[in-house]
Amino acid sequence: MSTTAELLKGAAELFPDEVVTQAHVRHFDLPFGAGRFALITLDNGLDHTKPTTFGPQSLANLNAAIDQVEKEAAEGSITGIGLTGKPFIFAVGADLKGVELLKKHEDALAIGKGGHDVFKRLSSLAVPTFAYYNGAAMGGGVEAGLHCTYRTVSRAIPAFSLPEVFLGLVPGWGGCTLLPNLIGADRAVSVIIENSLNQNRQLKGKQVFELGIADAIFDGADFLEQSLLWTARVLKGDVQVDRAEIDRGEAWDQAVERGRFIADSKVHGAAPAAYRALEIISAAKNGDLRQGFDAEDQALADLIMGEELRSGIYSFNLVQKRAKRPAGAPDRSLARPVTKVGVVGAGLMASQLALLFARRLEVQVVLTDIDQERIDKGVGYVHGEIDKLLAKGRIGNDKANRLKAAVTGSLDKAAGFGDADFVIEAVFEEMGVKQQVFAEVEAVVPAHTILATNTSSLSVSEMASKLKHPERVVGFHFFNPVAILPLLEIVRGEKTDDASLATAFAVAKKLKKSAVLVKDAPAFVVNRILTRFMGEIQNVIDEGTPVAVAEKAVEPLGLPMSPLVLLELVGPAIGLHVSETLAGAFPDRFKVSPNLAAVVKAGKRGFYVYDSGKPELDPEVAALLVQGDSVLTEEQVRARVLEAVAQEIGLMLDEGVVAEAQDIDLCLITGAGWPFHLGGITPYLDRVGIAEKANGKRFLPVGVASVPA
Amino acid sequence: MPARSDPAQEESQVPRTARDVVFVDGVRTPFGKAGPKGIYHETRADDLVIKCIRELLRRNPNLDAAKIDEVAIAATTQIGDQGLTLGRTAGMLAGLPQTVPGMSIDRMCAGAMTAVTTVAGGVAFGAYDIALAGGVEHMGRHPMGEGVDPNPRFLSERLVDDSALVMGMTAENLHDRYPQLTKERADAYAVRSQEKAAKAYADGKIQADLVPISVRRTTPEGGELGWGLVTADEPMRPGTTMEGLANLKTPFRPHGRVTPGNASGLNDGATASLIAAEDVARELGLPVRMRLVSYAFVGVEPEVMGYGPIPATEKALAKAGLTIDDIGLFELNEAYAVQVLALLDHYGIADDDPRVNQYGGAIAFGHPLASSGVRLMTQLARQFEEQPHVRYGLTSMCVGLGMGGTVIWENPHFDGGNK
Repeated sequence: MSTTAELLKGAAELFPDEVVTQAHVRHFDLPFGAGRFALITLDNGLDHTKPTTFGPQSLANLNAAIDQVEKEAAEGSITGIGLTGKPFIFAVGADLKGVELLKKHEDALAIGKGGHDVFKRLSSLAVPTFAYYNGAAMGGGVEAGLHCTYRTVSRAIPAFSLPEVFLGLVPGWGGCTLLPNLIGADRAVSVIIENSLNQNRQLKGKQVFELGIADAIFDGADFLEQSLLWTARVLKGDVQVDRAEIDRGEAWDQAVERGRFIADSKVHGAAPAAYRALEIISAAKNGDLRQGFDAEDQALADLIMGEELRSGIYSFNLVQKRAKRPAGAPDRSLARPVTKVGVVGAGLMASQLALLFARRLEVQVVLTDIDQERIDKGVGYVHGEIDKLLAKGRIGNDKANRLKAAVTGSLDKAAGFGDADFVIEAVFEEMGVKQQVFAEVEAVVPAHTILATNTSSLSVSEMASKLKHPERVVGFHFFNPVAILPLLEIVRGEKTDDASLATAFAVAKKLKKSAVLVKDAPAFVVNRILTRFMGEIQNVIDEGTPVAVAEKAVEPLGLPMSPLVLLELVGPAIGLHVSETLAGAFPDRFKVSPNLAAVVKAGKRGFYVYDSGKPELDPEVAALLVQGDSVLTEEQVRARVLEAVAQEIGLMLDEGVVAEAQDIDLCLITGAGWPFHLGGITPYLDRVGIAEKANGKRFLPVGVASVPA
Repeated sequence: MPARSDPAQEESQVPRTARDVVFVDGVRTPFGKAGPKGIYHETRADDLVIKCIRELLRRNPNLDAAKIDEVAIAATTQIGDQGLTLGRTAGMLAGLPQTVPGMSIDRMCAGAMTAVTTVAGGVAFGAYDIALAGGVEHMGRHPMGEGVDPNPRFLSERLVDDSALVMGMTAENLHDRYPQLTKERADAYAVRSQEKAAKAYADGKIQADLVPISVRRTTPEGGELGWGLVTADEPMRPGTTMEGLANLKTPFRPHGRVTPGNASGLNDGATASLIAAEDVARELGLPVRMRLVSYAFVGVEPEVMGYGPIPATEKALAKAGLTIDDIGLFELNEAYAVQVLALLDHYGIADDDPRVNQYGGAIAFGHPLASSGVRLMTQLARQFEEQPHVRYGLTSMCVGLGMGGTVIWENPHFDGGNK
């Protein structure tokens, strides 16, 4: 038994629940007399909805298959070796479940080394090796192919990526070293760093070929046949494979610099993975593969034992799994069909909602407002947006006609909403106005119609309280920009019934939103946390800390933007309004900043001016600020702000605003863009001890989003 | 266009000229054995057709796929992956432009042959310039008779005998009709078919028109698991001997004459061909491999369907104004040896006449029902190329429920008969 096999056997014992991938070896004669060929098929025995992965036993199986073909190659009974996957899937990399279980650095090192030891054999056999990327290929799947002598790719591949950096790892089974040596550092940086940090952007087959990762590309319809015919021609010498020369000069260093710039702009130095990957890419310039592989092993082990990766996997699971099965949602079968939607209000938000409902639900959508002019403007906006989609080629002519016909306006609520199943209001954020609107709507809609409110801070129960049927009211809180941010907070009022709630979740799913069930509590989840967070920043500024220090204090978190830039995006007036609501509800923890009030009163849209190209404190705003004399350091600010956030989340969980801390994190990731490597926020608060300090306990048990004990 | 002075004259205002129709190219998948051990057990029938269509387009780069006016694909059992108007779906899945229409055809064993004659009729009439015609049968996924519901009147009114729906029994009936066609003659014919097929393979006559097919195996009964590549016919039994055949069972009648050795088997496979107007083919620089002379389909008693090729050939010859002596090459479908022998005997042609099935036939390669017609044509086209002294050849086959079909072709390479 080889040491690789022993290594993998040990690793497999740590991961008894692995979904094991088999590596089948099948032999056949190639056409054109190119000789006997051995083709290895990676297959976990399940259909394409359960993609093939590499855990330790899977690697051991591939290793055994390579043992077999190595022998055959050495004795001259085969002329080539191929590697491909089951239908629609090549292989999607390491099994993350196994990674989550690892507790020791040496075990993590064994996983990295195990993968390397197996894969690198594909580059040192007595005959050429060929990878046929027939379907989805990610991470270790891509890397297995990179070790082969040649690669072909299917034009039909929908997803090809090295997503490790996105999760908090490096492509550590050869990716960081082999890819830049194959296609050059700049392209490798695009694949490994840029795509990963752009919401894990995927390559299509054509791009895989154009980047030079694959030597040939074939249509999906007869991909394997054409790949094997091509293989036969290569083996016969009838096809020469020419690859572009790689620039190992300054361009290499510039590419790494570009990667650092991208990483800085995305994670602000707060997550280590991208930087570790760039170090390895940088060192790979000399073409020393062995040294590169060793560096990959070390990086993998360090990162696997680091909390950022654990948070990354936790975040990935929240977004991929929990978001699809919202905690606490009623049985799906209770949902009623929604065939027509009413939107009260025809302002910008209402119009955006109308467009979203029309596009996703493909039903009639009727806008109402207080006068025809507003309605015309709202419908005109939606039709204009549809025209833009048409001009961009996102939709065809027929679809554009259908959508435009679907979105209409009516001054008469009874005529517009008389047969609507779901009416959402997006009118002025004031309880009296909203109650009035719902009363009017209830008078004209059928008994089953859901009344939804897009309020960001008002009580849903109170809004429903004066209706004959308060059980049909739900909160349906979108995040701006509505078309982009995936989060939808679905709020259950005191009297909301299960059927209405189930209908709301069913609609959310069709809208392709990640819905989280939230109790009817002031400002719900995201706004409450952000307001506490920004309120504490505002407090330290009000008390005397310079704006720049307060802003810089939270930079190490790697949030998508600084607090004051976020305030600008939200709009200071809205921020002020939410803080007023929360200050009313929880005066002990929230207060209305006089400086913010002054800024709003002065009609300022933000704290900064951008005349120099960079944000600089607006002198007019600076003149408005009245600060105290308590000046804190960045560390002090950061501690104070995070403790406030931890306290607020602790209270929210005590109040039962959401089911679990996981829902808080899911909301922050999908509604505020908080980063994967923080795990939203609670894993980070646990990690740095702030949760313990603020609340006397962790949010998540050890082993959840952290290295198990 | 000459002016017509008499409007009462009942003639079309549109001038029409029948055009010459040519066989441009033909390909097929290797044929497999039906059933769980067969190479195509886990391969869809439509995928077999799709790969043939794509291969035809690859082999004829001068042909702009948008110029294809019809896709006619035959299958006997038009269910599941052989249903859904296969000519249309296979065309779409093969990547043909969506402007190219398609249809399904069924005449059981003569499906692909009928697809060819149907589109040929359209070409001659001027409705099509170029068409794709082929067939498929995955007898493993769709056993003969799957889902059929014969009208009870067939039997109650004795429209057919019990044996008419079981092809092997009709072959036994043919032996009854011609007692001189003994089991020994049938077996000897079968041995020669295997020998000729093996030689054709050894000489590389078959492989050039085969489309390699990737096949997946996930259960161990067929051998090694995973993806493989099929590049040769699975049913072939080179080295077959008289002794080996002598003791095979006669599944259709105790002490009968029809055995698995002197009949084609149950098979999976697909074929496709390009049919075009000759002037269009020449203009586009497409090969002209055979020129259509005439064709005929006839009905006979269902109980002796193997007799069908004889009257079909008579009819096709008569339409062409030719006699059997004008035919220099024969591609006869070997559903059963006895059925080929019946035709040869009828015309006084020797069982081992060198003009007949030079590359061997369905007894060796297999007979995936609705696909086989184009295999006969593809092989005849190769033989025409090799033998320019031959002017005419024919392809003929028997068809279930008592039918026969014959297509007569002219060799465009004909050199005037200088051997």
